[in-house]
Amino acid sequence: MVEAAVIIDGSPARGKASLGLLCCGVPGMRVLVERLCKTYRDRSGHALVALDGIDLTVAPEEFVAILGPSGCGKSTLLGIIAGLSAATSGQVLFEGERRPGQPFTATVFQEFALFPWRTVQGNVEFGLEELGLPPAERRERSARFIAMTGLEGFEAKFPYQLSGGMRQRVGIARALAVDPAVLLMDEPFSALDAQTRTLMMEELLGIWERARTSILYVTHNIQEAVYMADRVVVLSRRPGRVLDTVPVDLKRPRHESQMGEADFLHASERIWGLIKSQAQAALVEGRG
Amino acid sequence: MAVERVTVRDRSAFLHRADHRLLRGAALVGLLALWEALTRVGWIPALFLPSPLGVLRELWDMAASGQLVLHLAASLRRLLLGFGAGALAGVTVGIVTGFFARAEAVGQPLIAATFPIPKIALLPLLILWLGIGEPSKVAVIALGVFFPMAINTYAGVREADPLLVRAAVAFGAGRWSVIRKVILPSALPMIFAGLKLGAGTALLLLVAAEMIAADSGIGFLVLHAGNIMDTTRLMVGIVCLSLLGVLSHWALTRCERRAVPWRQAS
Repeated sequence: MVEAAVIIDGSPARGKASLGLLCCGVPGMRVLVERLCKTYRDRSGHALVALDGIDLTVAPEEFVAILGPSGCGKSTLLGIIAGLSAATSGQVLFEGERRPGQPFTATVFQEFALFPWRTVQGNVEFGLEELGLPPAERRERSARFIAMTGLEGFEAKFPYQLSGGMRQRVGIARALAVDPAVLLMDEPFSALDAQTRTLMMEELLGIWERARTSILYVTHNIQEAVYMADRVVVLSRRPGRVLDTVPVDLKRPRHESQMGEADFLHASERIWGLIKSQAQAALVEGRG
Repeated sequence: MAVERVTVRDRSAFLHRADHRLLRGAALVGLLALWEALTRVGWIPALFLPSPLGVLRELWDMAASGQLVLHLAASLRRLLLGFGAGALAGVTVGIVTGFFARAEAVGQPLIAATFPIPKIALLPLLILWLGIGEPSKVAVIALGVFFPMAINTYAGVREADPLLVRAAVAFGAGRWSVIRKVILPSALPMIFAGLKLGAGTALLLLVAAEMIAADSGIGFLVLHAGNIMDTTRLMVGIVCLSLLGVLSHWALTRCERRAVPWRQAS
């Protein structure tokens, strides 16, 4: 085990020394997002503030949802945490105990982003190849996560031969296989039809109970967020700011039937109250 | 108002395109039969248009005497060497200019400026540089193949899905991994389109080069037969060339199916 505090994308580290926070019960890494800002410039030089001072923490084994109307920069935030784009200011930190070779993040993409020239197994092994694992271990690990995501028997299929739901299972298996400190999910089920989405949500919760990876889950769907997450971080529309964090006190393992419970409805209503006016603004403006 | 009761019919029926397999074969055989008949009746003198059966007989004789193999081997050697060298260089340049901005800035204007030159016009220059032997012929074919390959590969690289590149980076891929595991497979369909295009160009340049300066090869055979007014022999050369074209296209299509299995359904 390695103790590490790694700054992703640090502009001058203004934050306090964060190692002091290394305490809580569950071992693993926590993610700290500190005063993160992202400003885009369009061609005419106008500044567009996408994210404005985001503070956020994901504890080990926690399931946190980021929810906001379209155009709140939630995908941008996830991209910065994944190290796929640069923040304008602020920083993302990973701190805690890291297993040797464990990557900080792995991402599940909205449009799956599977490599069409690789089979299911080849896709799941992609990250393992980049980690430099020997073939035998790659095979062993990919087999484990292919089984966990219900893809047994489809190992040799190409993505075009699979349904949307099956493709996203491959996306999830590929991400889990590298055993990331935190799993980033960018609206993973929004490209699926409603029935498939409901089934996949249940399945993801089941997988999460078994794999126990921390998850940062971006969505614009309130039900989805409340049903799955321990906490829902609600973002405002442009510029993206944290409006509030809504804890969800539903017991686990969760079932669909809990969607009728008072706690569920209460949390959902509270979130809707926070973003309703913003969603209306997005509607009038057209695309967010 | 009159009461009606009408069954809906498929009004798009006339748009349906059947696969008339039999007709395809019949058209080819029919044309050959017509040609044979015309020459038999004697309406067209054999000097202008020899009969298909006569050409076939000549082809057989030339194959039996070993002459044909000699010419074919010489042509194939030039073709394969030139095509291989040109394709390899084209794919490399296409990937490098497609991926690295600096290489693009240097390479793209150069390619755009030299691409329109008819490559056969460079043959005298190449002969001057490389001599009248094999290297100049191989070089002109390589040049002809290089350009479609470089341009197609470049386009294929530029068209690589940025989402897939991001996904690869998200899973830890560096520059070379991205090129090898994302860019190259993305560009494969375009690379094969370039190979098919290049195969046609290669054949054209082969014949031209062999007509200008050679004492062997199918191009030489055709030119020489024309000079001595041996039309049957000339037709044998043309048949060989058309077979070479068809065969190379067929082989490339088979290779493509092997190399791009994920495209089969779409």
